[in-house]
Amino acid sequence: MSGGTSEYSIAADGSFTAPLELSYPYKRTVGPILSRFLTGLRDQRIEGTKGSDGRVHVPPAEFDPITGEHLTEWADVASTGTIVTWSWQPAPVEGNTLQHPFAWALISLDGADTNVLHAVDAGRADAIKTGMRVTARWADEPSGSITDIVCFDLTSGSPA
Amino acid sequence: MSDDVLRIRTPIGIKYQYSAGPRVSSHLLGLMEGRFVGKRCPVCELVYMPPRNGTCAKCGALLGEDVEVSQRGTITTFCVVNVPFLGQTIKIPYVSATILLDGADMGMQHLIQEVDAADVRMGMRVEPVWRPREEWQPSLENVMHFRPTGEPDAPFDSYAGHL
Amino acid sequence: MREVAIIASAQADNTSTTTSTPVEMLIPVIQQVLANASMTKTDIGFWCHGSCDYMTGQPFSFVSAVDALGAWPPIIESHVEADGAFALYEAWLKIQTGEIDTALVFGNGRSSSGDINRILTLQLDPYVVGPLWPDDRSIAAMQARACLESGVVTERAMAEVAQRNHRNALTNPKALRSGDHSIEALMAAQLVADPLRELDCPAHADGVTAVIIAAGDRARSLVARPAWIRGIDHRIESQNLGNRSMTTLPSAALAAHKAGVGNDKIDVAELHAPYSHQELLLTTALGLSESTTINPSGGALCANPMMSAGLARFAEAATRVMNGTADRAIGHASSGPWMQQNLVCVLEGE
Repeated sequence: MSGGTSEYSIAADGSFTAPLELSYPYKRTVGPILSRFLTGLRDQRIEGTKGSDGRVHVPPAEFDPITGEHLTEWADVASTGTIVTWSWQPAPVEGNTLQHPFAWALISLDGADTNVLHAVDAGRADAIKTGMRVTARWADEPSGSITDIVCFDLTSGSPA
Repeated sequence: MSDDVLRIRTPIGIKYQYSAGPRVSSHLLGLMEGRFVGKRCPVCELVYMPPRNGTCAKCGALLGEDVEVSQRGTITTFCVVNVPFLGQTIKIPYVSATILLDGADMGMQHLIQEVDAADVRMGMRVEPVWRPREEWQPSLENVMHFRPTGEPDAPFDSYAGHL
Repeated sequence: MREVAIIASAQADNTSTTTSTPVEMLIPVIQQVLANASMTKTDIGFWCHGSCDYMTGQPFSFVSAVDALGAWPPIIESHVEADGAFALYEAWLKIQTGEIDTALVFGNGRSSSGDINRILTLQLDPYVVGPLWPDDRSIAAMQARACLESGVVTERAMAEVAQRNHRNALTNPKALRSGDHSIEALMAAQLVADPLRELDCPAHADGVTAVIIAAGDRARSLVARPAWIRGIDHRIESQNLGNRSMTTLPSAALAAHKAGVGNDKIDVAELHAPYSHQELLLTTALGLSESTTINPSGGALCANPMMSAGLARFAEAATRVMNGTADRAIGHASSGPWMQQNLVCVLEGE
């Protein structure tokens, strides 16, 4: 917790107000499925789990969405894919991997049957379209996190 | 494999603008003037000092008029802190006490200093030691601690209803 | 099943900033709802509360909220970390057990304390989505684009939703915003999260709603025309956005079916759809026709007091049944990204 009385101000009704920052330094154990996925990202490799209907889930599902069974079969997927939908983030916030305007997108990676949410460094909102091809940009110093993919870049010559 | 990713750090930081509310704020304003200002419940007429979150929990009512209470009070209960913990700023052992200020119906929490921990007792009469005026903020920290006044102890019956 | 009805409600004015403490905000509304039902706190068998500590910025804030109730002698109380409408569902179940006959349900939130778009990030998967910090608007905007590009909704239809809600809010003194906007002006407005414009997005507000429910004859003895809960159902979908439908709301459709929405015509539907395109998806999922008046209050586009906006929809629907302007109405509450959770309640007059 930070902030405090030294930066207080007084509202019209006489209420004292002051900035307050709450910080929770959570650490999470990730379990066997996400462990393998995140370890793969650290090595610039993307893997998903295969469901009972043959669909490949990326990020990996731990349990089959239909049967509820533990999923144990894995499939490699590409670090390239296609934009399924997107929105424009004109003002990045603390924690975003890009600190200039960018697009959020759901990306269907080649070989996967579900979509990954990530940032796309498109430059301008009118430069990005659904259906465009993208490629993962890997972090220089991977840590075993979804942020080991910094963002996706539009593949040059991408069909609109 | 020991090299696998087993844990991730996912820190959360959120910024807020905290507001004490108008009722607690009259208490905070009092502290900036070196006064203890509590509030009376319009239903049960008990005097809250400090006025908590602006409400009387017993009645579910918004607190009403300001009531300035005395700078002297009685220790109703206390504990001796011998355990070090993160963020501790005072040398152990020290005494944390509930102090019933004269004119208030609720005890408030504060430190007892300038007395050996072993000599602190229920019923002991105490008074605040204020920080230098130029350091005052809208905070109960304006009072560094309470210390014994040297008066005779308050009889048990005088605070038995506040335990 | 025991018959249960909504018999009274009260709401605070929705505001964009508040200096009062959350408990100070609650007390006038709790007192008002009791007065509206001509009841006192000793008449209440069970109290149930919905709120969110992350939003208040105060861990365990729900404990201090009990201060608003006058919990002496001790009361029977419960809390859900969700909209007050989900607290109503718990209270309804509690009445079904036969243990109690009356319950006071409330939801409150002061979203202006922090950045609500950022706080809502905390409801996402914390392992592979949360660390990227996508905000609520951006996530809703991705759904909106998928709906637009697949032809499920149009920009004009979204503007019409925004227009109708803002017009309806002109007669709701508690709404945060209202106005008579032309479709052209709405469609020409600046994009705040492409493809969303400001008036497509929820009007986040600080607010409080309280509702009293009562069983059978107890309800009849307290008010002339209780709003009977004839069906209530809650369904939830996956948290995984990458494996969800972007253009349909299966959980809302199933909840509506289980609650019996389609058994008869619906006069009024108060829908907790935070974004304009979501109201269109929801109307389809619930199977509503043009004869249903949707969001006479102005809905979440005109006031979205987090943690009480859903319960406010129940209150608005119940009010219209109780005053005879509707015979059959829907109260709806949602929660989570892309309306992950849907609670549908069918209310009827007698």
